[in-house]
Formats: sequence, structure tokens, C-alpha cells
Amino acid sequence: MPKVKVDGVEIEVPQGATVLQACEQAGKEIPRFCYHERLAIAGNCRMCLVEVKPGPPKPQASCALPAAEGQEIFTMTPGVKKAREGVMEFLLINHPLDCPICDQGGECDLQDQAMAYGRGHNRFGENKRAVPEKYMGPVVKTFMTRCIHCTRCVRFMEQVAGVEEIGAVNRGENMEITSYLEKALTSELSGNVVDLCPVGALVSKPYSFEARPWELRKVPAIDVMDAVGTNIRLDSRQREVMRALPRLNEDVNEEWAHDKTRHAVDGLLRNRLDRPWLREGGKLRAAGWDEAFARIAEAAKKAKGKVAAIAGDLVDAETLYAAKALLASLGSDLLEGRQTGLAYDVSNLAAVNFNSTIAGIETADAVLLVGTNPRWEASLVNTRIRKAAKAGAKVFAIGPEVDLTYPVEWIGDDLSLLSALPKAVTDAFGAAQRPAVIVGAGALKVPGAQAASLALVDAFNLVRPSAGSGQAGWNGYNVLHTAAARMGGLMLGYAQQGGIASLVEKAPKLVFLLGADEVDLTSFGGSLKVYIGHHGDRGAHGADVILPGAAYSEKHGIYVNLEGRVQFSEKAVDPPGDAREDWSILRALSDLVGKPLPFDNFHDLRGALFRDHAEFGHPGLVTYEWGPPKLEAEKIAKGTSVSYPITDFYLTNPIARSSPTLQRCSAEILHGQEFAEAAE
Amino acid sequence: MLEDKDRIFTNVYGFQPWNLKAAQTRGDWDDTKSLMARGQDAIIDEIKASGLRGRGGAGFPTGMKWSFMPKEPAPGRPNFLVINADESEPGSCKDREIIRHDPHKLIEGALLAGFAMRARAGYIYIRGEFIREAQTLEAAVQEAYDAGLLGKNAAKSGYDFDLFVHRGAGAYICGEETAMLESLEGKKGMPRLKPPFPAGAGLYGCPTTVNNVESIAVVPTILRRGASWFAAFGREKNEGTKLFQISGHVNRPCVVEDAMSVPFRELIERHAGGIRGGWDNLLAVIPGGSSVPLVPAEQIIDAPMDFDGLRDLGSGLGTAAVIVMDKSTDVVKAISRISYFYKHESCGQCTPCREGTGWMWRVMERLVEGNAEIHEIDTLWDVTKQVEGHTICALGDAAAWPIQGLIRHYRPELERRINERRGQTLEAAE
Repeated sequence: MPKVKVDGVEIEVPQGATVLQACEQAGKEIPRFCYHERLAIAGNCRMCLVEVKPGPPKPQASCALPAAEGQEIFTMTPGVKKAREGVMEFLLINHPLDCPICDQGGECDLQDQAMAYGRGHNRFGENKRAVPEKYMGPVVKTFMTRCIHCTRCVRFMEQVAGVEEIGAVNRGENMEITSYLEKALTSELSGNVVDLCPVGALVSKPYSFEARPWELRKVPAIDVMDAVGTNIRLDSRQREVMRALPRLNEDVNEEWAHDKTRHAVDGLLRNRLDRPWLREGGKLRAAGWDEAFARIAEAAKKAKGKVAAIAGDLVDAETLYAAKALLASLGSDLLEGRQTGLAYDVSNLAAVNFNSTIAGIETADAVLLVGTNPRWEASLVNTRIRKAAKAGAKVFAIGPEVDLTYPVEWIGDDLSLLSALPKAVTDAFGAAQRPAVIVGAGALKVPGAQAASLALVDAFNLVRPSAGSGQAGWNGYNVLHTAAARMGGLMLGYAQQGGIASLVEKAPKLVFLLGADEVDLTSFGGSLKVYIGHHGDRGAHGADVILPGAAYSEKHGIYVNLEGRVQFSEKAVDPPGDAREDWSILRALSDLVGKPLPFDNFHDLRGALFRDHAEFGHPGLVTYEWGPPKLEAEKIAKGTSVSYPITDFYLTNPIARSSPTLQRCSAEILHGQEFAEAAE
Repeated sequence: MLEDKDRIFTNVYGFQPWNLKAAQTRGDWDDTKSLMARGQDAIIDEIKASGLRGRGGAGFPTGMKWSFMPKEPAPGRPNFLVINADESEPGSCKDREIIRHDPHKLIEGALLAGFAMRARAGYIYIRGEFIREAQTLEAAVQEAYDAGLLGKNAAKSGYDFDLFVHRGAGAYICGEETAMLESLEGKKGMPRLKPPFPAGAGLYGCPTTVNNVESIAVVPTILRRGASWFAAFGREKNEGTKLFQISGHVNRPCVVEDAMSVPFRELIERHAGGIRGGWDNLLAVIPGGSSVPLVPAEQIIDAPMDFDGLRDLGSGLGTAAVIVMDKSTDVVKAISRISYFYKHESCGQCTPCREGTGWMWRVMERLVEGNAEIHEIDTLWDVTKQVEGHTICALGDAAAWPIQGLIRHYRPELERRINERRGQTLEAAE
């Protein structure tokens, strides 16, 4: 622990800290552009210059200089001030003065630091440099004249996204950041370069010229595009969510978000259900709430307890709880959330949880992926596995080969390998201190695969209690879910033995579809299907009664992510038109069927939820007792191949499918469609 | 004056063939084994005692540089020697002559230096434009391999040493030692941040020493003739002999070996046939290649040509590329051209150099015409100070110094041009 003096104040800094970190620890603000905590140090912007003794008699780049015992650091001397002014001047001489029309205006590092550290006047009388724009695909728009060459975007793509698609060409003042051949960036994380860009060189294409940051109302929310539970901030203006940005959460998403999280929001305005609909004579017609409720109440009476509810992938815990309560009052517990027919055993929730935790998987030293494509199913878990791989973890995988951005040893697309793993795997796992198995939905679909993967727990000693050395315990058995509602649903009992198929068998007369758009409705031919949701997607098309609900941005909600982390999301805007928050629809319906639910407002609903399921009341990880079920070993036929649950990363849910941006991402990046840009 | 018997580079003019046989008749590769038998530390001590300072421009003591290398390389992290033959400094042309006509001095030096610093292999990074020279060097290395002087059990010493020739692509910045390492690794030639220094983490992250061609090529002779022989030339702390490259307005431009600290007048009179038009016609001299500030005639005529002597004049010895300018020279235009060179060769990595070199050059271009305001001279001075010392590598300094030299010594000339042009414009307007 070296002791250094920052502007005369002695502090102790952690071993390996840089001078910049030491200054921050001492409460000194050090301006910077190229430095970023999560990227390798580049040291090229020269904005963070400070004076250091002992050392050469010139200012040093504090971001790259290790703090050493006995150093004296000066951050406020005239020399440092002059150095900063000099660098600032250099950055500004070729930067255009288009702040009034720049999307970064108001949240621009260059603006802020020019105010704080720049000179007030201009000495540069020559012409400014102009740089042609570069095509980077549907989500990133470029104004390369504004670029200050900090190379954060280059480093992000190379080091975090693992796709080397942005780089710098040419030398000196002709250096340009480009996507080389001006093809669309293929990384699902490409939108992050927009956040990283300290100026307005890389901006969000769908958001461009839409709003100014000071007009936006900012609300903390939780993303529902996958089961990771990315912490986001929804920026809205009046009734429209303008953009979604990641919030910092070291345990979940660090400070990243994938493109679906960012750009699904423009699907929130399109294809919305804003009034109730009734099916008559095979055709849907617009209806009033009373009519719709009357039809349901009638069916409920006739159903005599033969009522089921199927939860969609984007539903919050409150809705799930309210629907469960309604069904219970009608005398049914036919609840299911695994829409695609998965029927794995849920008798022990720990056995279907991501037990290593998202942050913990970084520390794994051997990883086996079983029937999962984490890059698409949970992109931000994939970046963690990539970190582990970079730190030396061996990664093996069973399934069809895909590019996961790090070296993977594909041992074959054959799930029967689970009971006959090759020696390379057993050797690596035998030697590993923190071995991890990650089982995806692609594997869980196959009968016997859950049992076979659970057998690995004992074979590889995946669950290790805390050692005496103070090391925390390790549970290396992980299930990777793909739906934001999944863990919450399982905790509330949205799982039948036998899955959806057993629901079909019971032939319910009335089926509530809670935003369920992936379920095969043809098997519920004889039932009245009531769709409560927000988009006119597959579920609504097959429904008999449609009740317009609220999307994730339009309601407060609790979501439990794939590692069992309870997170609270807040409401950004009101639902459109006649649409209502889902729980209030269920509450109103309960009156009409004569079994009023015991909560009259959202506050009471949460109270009831917490009373019945206390774990939802505490943000953070839920502790599930580890006790894997003893499943009957079922032989998996040789050559049983895996099909991944996601076939199109950009179009996995009704919101994403309604988003023009994501439709274009899908067409251009995944299906190779060419989009000619009109010359500007 | 350096006598012929004391010359190290006895074939610098190519009067004899470069090949191994001819080199051996000149004394190269003579019992290299026994030189190595003295031991690694003894060689380093000998070089330290000789006072040899790096010939690439910075003048860092070579023996001390070698001693920074780990004495016992860790397994899987071998030591490397990299020889900088990317001679791109305008005015410099000594390494080219060595490689053209005396490549075996370099190759033998590489073996000895590599052995002394426990290097497993050496890389000679040769400038892309040196096509014939690279061919010669590759052929000479092959000769040495064929004769058992390199490779396994090099020169029967029991030491394994490989030497590779790597051709650059012609970027000036790749002559900077860490940019050279990046380029060798196949990346874009951009200087690295220091620390860590190459001796700690250099080529492929392994301990590496980067030396200039001349520094390496003089090593065998120093070891044969002794440190005290070498140290007998030149002033204290500036010992040895040196290849001077005299170009510009002299009667006979040449590359010549002479003792360090030789007075400028003697160097020019003896080897270059004097200044064109006589000594009264001398305007200024850039004594160490384009990156050092120029020195006006009256200051340099009797100055000793060595590291410290020229530093005292606010300039530097650099690579001893002496560019002589007589009074026919448009000194502002000359410096402006140098500014253009640095603007063109800036790698673009760090802000002050990327943005500053272009700015400085554009102001210089206007100063040539006098198309500026007087206060812009002060702004330009300030800009050079904002670049100098604020960059990752020394290219920023190299771009700033020539302009600083110009303003320091020729400000009246700059002002004269501005005033003259202003007078013309005023007249025209009336």
C-alpha cells in the first residue's frame, strides 16, 4: 500500500493504483477523455497531465503512471493548468462549433471540460479539418469531424465486445476512426460506443435529432429484453420514451447494455393495443371494457375452476401475483410461464438458478456451455465469460458452433456427450478450482438433459462450501434463462409438472395470456383466450378477448433476474389510450366475477405480495436452498442435437419485433440485407 | 585528427567488398569466440568503461542500458536485442553506409551485444526504403549463418543466438523504439507509454534493448582494442569516434568518421572541403539531424561537435547529421519544410502532436510569406511549448525544437517579412 502526497495531503492508495486513481481518491478531479475504468489504458488524450515528484521535469499522464511510495503529486500548479489549457486548445482547434445541433450537447465531456479547463478564447485562425462520415450500421451514427481520437470505441470493440470492427486508419492529423469497409457493426454491444464516445462523433442513429438531454425525464428501470435484468435509465419526453441507457451496476451489467435493450424503446410506440378487442365470428372488433369484462365473467362462471394462466416473458412479479390470486379465487392453480413447452423439474429453485452469479462467472477457471448461445441469450453474461476466458479459463461447449467472441472448444453438437465427456473436459474440470457448467434452454428442452447435467454436479464437485481460507463458497451449476419473467414466475409457482403440455391436457375453459406471445395457441382451441398485454403480436392475434395492458416502461414492477436478483423498476410514462396497468385490469375483473381481490391500489398489492412472498421485498439476491432433485436418469439418444432457443437475436419479443430499428438490425446484420444510404 | 589506424569503419566508402571474406581480412569476426569467453558482465563493463553513448540521437550510455536487462531471463520470457536500422531522420545516412559496405561489423556486434545482454535473438529493423541495403544485410546474415557465426553455437562460443532482418514500411515514427516494437509485432507503429520501459517489457512483453546500428557496430572494435583506446578520443563524457554526415552547402558532402568533440570548423575544412563560398557565407547549421534546433554560424564555428558541447548551444548532437546552410538559404522556408515533415510523420496517437504539428506547419507556411501578424510569432512559440514535453514519444519535441531554434535566432527575419508584406499591402490599398 504505497503512500503518496496529493497536493500536500498524504493518502494511502491500493497497490497497483495509478496516479489518476490516487488523485481521485484524494478528491481531486482529473480531466480525461481517453481513460476509462473498464478499458485498457491508452494515455493518448494527454488531458490528465499532472506534475509528479520524483520524475522528469515535465508533466506526466496520470492515467498511465503507477502510484509509487513517496510520490508527490501536484494537480493544481500553474504548470498543470497551462498543460491542460494547451491540450484543450489542441482538441478544440479541429473540433467543429456545431454544439447547437449536436446530439451530445448538454452531456458532452468536451463541452464540460472546455468550460472547466479551457482558455476562453481562440488563437487558431486556420481552416478546421473536415472528415467524411462513416457508415457503422443501424444503431451508430457518425459525425467524424467531431472525433477527438480518444480510441475508446476502438478499445471497447476489441476488448469488451470482442469484435475488431472499429479501428483507426491513416496517420497524424489525417487519422480517422472507421469501421474499415464501412459495413454495419455486427456486435450486439455496438451501441455502447455511443455512451463511451466523449464527444458527439458517435451518436445513436434512432435518437439523432430527437431530443435535448435537458428536456428528458429520467427514471431508473430494469430491462426485460433478456433475463439478465440490465439496470437501465429510461429517458422520456411527455408520453414517449426517447431512449434507454444503462445504469451502473457492477453485479449485473457493469455499465453496458446490448442493442436490444437500447433500441427496443421505439417499439413501444408501434403496434400497441390501446383499447379492448373482442372476437366475433372469427374477426376482432374494437370493444369497450364493460363488454370485454362481461364476456370473460360469463366464461369464468361456466369454467367452474377450469381456468389457466400463461405468463409471457416480460411480465413483472406484481402482475403474476395478481393473476395467481385471481385464479386462486376461481379455484385453479393452473399456472405456467415456460411458453415454449419446457418442462424441466422446478422442485428446487436453486437447481434452476444461475448460481455462480453473473459477476462470479468471471472468476470461473473452467466453463462448460451446454446447449446455450450466451452471446444471444444473455449478452452481458457472455462478456463475463469472455473475461474469464481472457483470464485463462478453458471454455468448452456442446451445441452447434457459433462465434462467442472468445476461444471455445466445441466438443460436438450431441447432448449424449453429457454422460461421456471427452478427456480434455474431464481433465480441465478435474484441475479447476472454480468449475462452472452453464445449461441453456436449448438443452433443457431435451428429456434427460437436466438429469445428465445435474449429474455433473457430483462428477466435477461443482458445489464447494467455503474453504477455511476465507474464500467464499462456489456453486458452479448454472441454468441460463432467457426470459425476464422466468425466475419471478418460478418463485410464484408458474410451472406445472409437465409444462404447457399438462395444461393442454387439463383442457381449461378459460385461458389468461399475460403477455404470452410465444405460446402455441392452437392447442387451446376449445378455450376462451384472454390476452392481457401491450402489443398486437402473436398472442393477441390468437386471442378471443384482448385487454390492453402496460409495457415495462409504463408500470412499476419487480423483476427477478436469472441469478435470482430481485430488482425494482419504475414507471416512466403512462400506457397509451385506454390501456391500463395489468394488475388493475385483473383487479377490476375480479369484481365482475364476484371474487374481489384484496387490494385496491398498487401499494396494497405490493404489501400482499411481500406478505405472501417476503423475498420479493428485498432487492438483491434471493437465497435458494441448494438441494437438487433426484431425477430419474433418462438415456439421451446418441446424436441428439441442440437447437438454441433464440433464432433471431433482435426479434425475441413483441416490443423488439415492433421496433423499426431492431427490424432493420435483424435484416441488415443477421440476414445480410443491404441498405443504401441516401447521399447526405 | 583521427588517424587512419584508429578508424573503426574501414570500409565505409565501399572500396572493398562487403562480404564475409573481405570483412575478415579487415579484422571482423577475428576470434569472436575469445571475446565472448571474457564473459557477459566483462563485456558490459568494458562497454561502460569505453564511455560509448548511444549513437541514435539521445546519447544514453550504451553499457548502462545493457545492464538493465535481466541477468537470468525467466523461462518463457527470453531477452531480445532489437537493432534500430530505421534511419529516417532527414540528414542522417550513416547506418545506411554501414549496412551497405560493412554489414559484418553490425552482425558481429549484434552477436556480442546479444550475448552480453543474454538475448536469445536479435532483430534488425531496417527502413523500408533501404531496398538494396536490406538485400545486402540479408545476404550478410545468411553468410554468417552459413559460416556458423550465428545460430546454434554461434562462432563456436557455445552460445545460441539468432539474428533476423525485418523490413519496415517506411514510417519515420517506427524509428522510435517502442513504435518499432509495435511494428515488429505486426501492429500499427505507434509509440507505447513508458513506463514500462522495454528493458522490463518490450518485444512481445519480454525484456528488450533497442540500440542504434552504429552503437552496435562499434562494439567488436571496442572489445578488441580496449575501452581505454576508445575513451581516448573526445572530451570527457563524450568519448569515442563517430560517423559524421555532412550535407548541405559544403563543397564536398560526405560521411566521415572522426573523433568526437572535433571542432566544427576543423570537421568541415578537413573532410567537406569548406563551406560553399567561404566561411563568411555560412548562415546556420543544423548539427544533428532535422529534429534539433539550428545554430547560427557565429555560435557553431568553433564549437566542439559532441553531445554536451552542442547541448550548451541549445541544440544537440543527435545522429551527427550536420546540415550546413549558407546565406542563400531561405531559413524560414527550410524550417517550414521540416515542420511539414513532422506533420506528415506524426502517428496521430496523442493530441498535442496530432493537432499541434499541423497547426505549427500552417503558421510556418504563412510566416515564409510574411502573411501573419507579429503576435502570431509569440503564439507559435507558445504552441511549440504546448507540444514539447506533453506527448507520449519524442516526436512532439522533435517537431517543436526546429521552430523554437528559428524563433530564438531569427525572430528579426520573421518580423521583417511580416512588416515588408504589410507595407506592400498598405501601398497597394492606397
